[in-house]
Amino acid sequence: MLLQQLINGFTLGFIYALIALGYTMVYGIVRLINFAHGDMLMIGAYTGYFILNALGATPSSLVLSLVVSMMVCAVIGVALERICYKPLRTAPRINILIVAIGASLVIENGGRILPFMGPNPRQYPQLAGSVNQLDVMGQQVIISQQDIIVIVVSIVMMAGLGYIVKFTKIGKAMRAVSHDTRAASLMGINVDRIISFTFAIGSAMAAVAGVLFASKYPQVQTYMGILPGLKAFVAAVLGGIGSIPGAMIGGIILGITEILSKAYISSKMADAVVFGILVLILMVRPTGIMGKSLKEKV
Amino acid sequence: MLEVRDLNVYYGNIHAIHDISFSVSEGEIVTMIGANGAGKSSTLNSLSGVIPYKGSVTFQGKELPVGKPHEIVTAGLVQVPEGRRIFANLSVKENLEMGAFSRKDKANLKNDYEVVYTRFPRLKERLQQVAGTLSGGEQQMLAMGRALMSRPKMLLLDEPSMGLAPLLVKEIFSIIRDINANGTTVLLVEQNANMALSIAHRAYVLETGRIILSGAASELMKSEEVRKAYLGG
Repeated sequence: MLLQQLINGFTLGFIYALIALGYTMVYGIVRLINFAHGDMLMIGAYTGYFILNALGATPSSLVLSLVVSMMVCAVIGVALERICYKPLRTAPRINILIVAIGASLVIENGGRILPFMGPNPRQYPQLAGSVNQLDVMGQQVIISQQDIIVIVVSIVMMAGLGYIVKFTKIGKAMRAVSHDTRAASLMGINVDRIISFTFAIGSAMAAVAGVLFASKYPQVQTYMGILPGLKAFVAAVLGGIGSIPGAMIGGIILGITEILSKAYISSKMADAVVFGILVLILMVRPTGIMGKSLKEKV
Repeated sequence: MLEVRDLNVYYGNIHAIHDISFSVSEGEIVTMIGANGAGKSSTLNSLSGVIPYKGSVTFQGKELPVGKPHEIVTAGLVQVPEGRRIFANLSVKENLEMGAFSRKDKANLKNDYEVVYTRFPRLKERLQQVAGTLSGGEQQMLAMGRALMSRPKMLLLDEPSMGLAPLLVKEIFSIIRDINANGTTVLLVEQNANMALSIAHRAYVLETGRIILSGAASELMKSEEVRKAYLGG
């Protein structure tokens, strides 16, 4: 029973981790909590929905929907930054935060009036897959095909991101900009381009999370990004906002906590436990697990 | 090579730089000396395009853009900022790579790393080390090495002696002279007027945002006014 719950927790945790990465990367670069980030998940999920519906729910169309939704969300994420956040970069921090919340509301409710999205929830096409029953130390454990897809895709995405950030020129530039924007620009790094790239990557990760989330909980609607978005934000804070490994760890801890609370405390209380964690971190260790001591950026 | 005409900088209501004009010719070391708050860093940051200003700045006959610092680096005007501002979370090698970020000529890169390693052997020993763990002197060397990786035509140095022991200051200044001898023009901003004047060809004295004196460095060194105010009598 516990093993089963841990598997479920890991699966959900990987999805949170993918979303949390976007929060944390954007925060690392522009010190902004992009509250419209959860909506990228929704847009990604819808993009996947249209493709899976048009082509049929097969593994190859799932791969295609992952790729296309990443591209769509990358473009929308970059546009969001250019239109909404860039003009406010030198304004007080609170202004840009309010704009982020506003942008989020516009996207969610804008989706409701679009004819091809609309206000009604839609059933997500499901891969006709097998459910694997494993026997682990005398315990029956069920791993669905969806779970395996979530775990494999998430690991591939995170490894890819880790590679980009650690080894590529643009990834190194992201870390440089995150540490000292002024110095980076003095070295000839086009900071605007790095910021765009960060939004593109973060939104693409959210798009993947959206497709995975919707294949696991098979329904799409325009508000679907809010709750996972908020929980991933908690995960990013738990891991230490601005820290990439922190977001991964925070996401997984959060997923497991949520599932275990559902299983052993009360399914109605699970969200309260998750957000209780946020309150607790902010009281006890506001810098999170991997966070460094907070130095206000000048 | 660099022509500055009627430069004015404002921070809100504070008028930090008043109509200063100066020039630097190719091959020169020009220093700008003055007390803390005289406007030296503001001047350099204007040239680098990271703060807004009024006035005209031309580099090699072309007007420099404001607010596009990376284009100024590509044009060949590169600043080593005050306080070094190395990327403490990156390795020494990665810091140097970031210096070369704007480079298009990949073919010469390898050779340029070698040039930097020869000039700063201590950096070569610490390539994989996280830059934040370097000593102050090593960080200054890294900051200079990083800037050199962009192959600047002209280097802007902001207080390279700050916080360093006298022996290291000497070393840094001899390196600056050496960099200049190898064909890079230098504009050096310093509070340590003595050292700065000893290696510079020409100098400007900045006081509360205005240029109050200028001339050959050797002349200024002898000037009563400069000696009283900046060279300790």
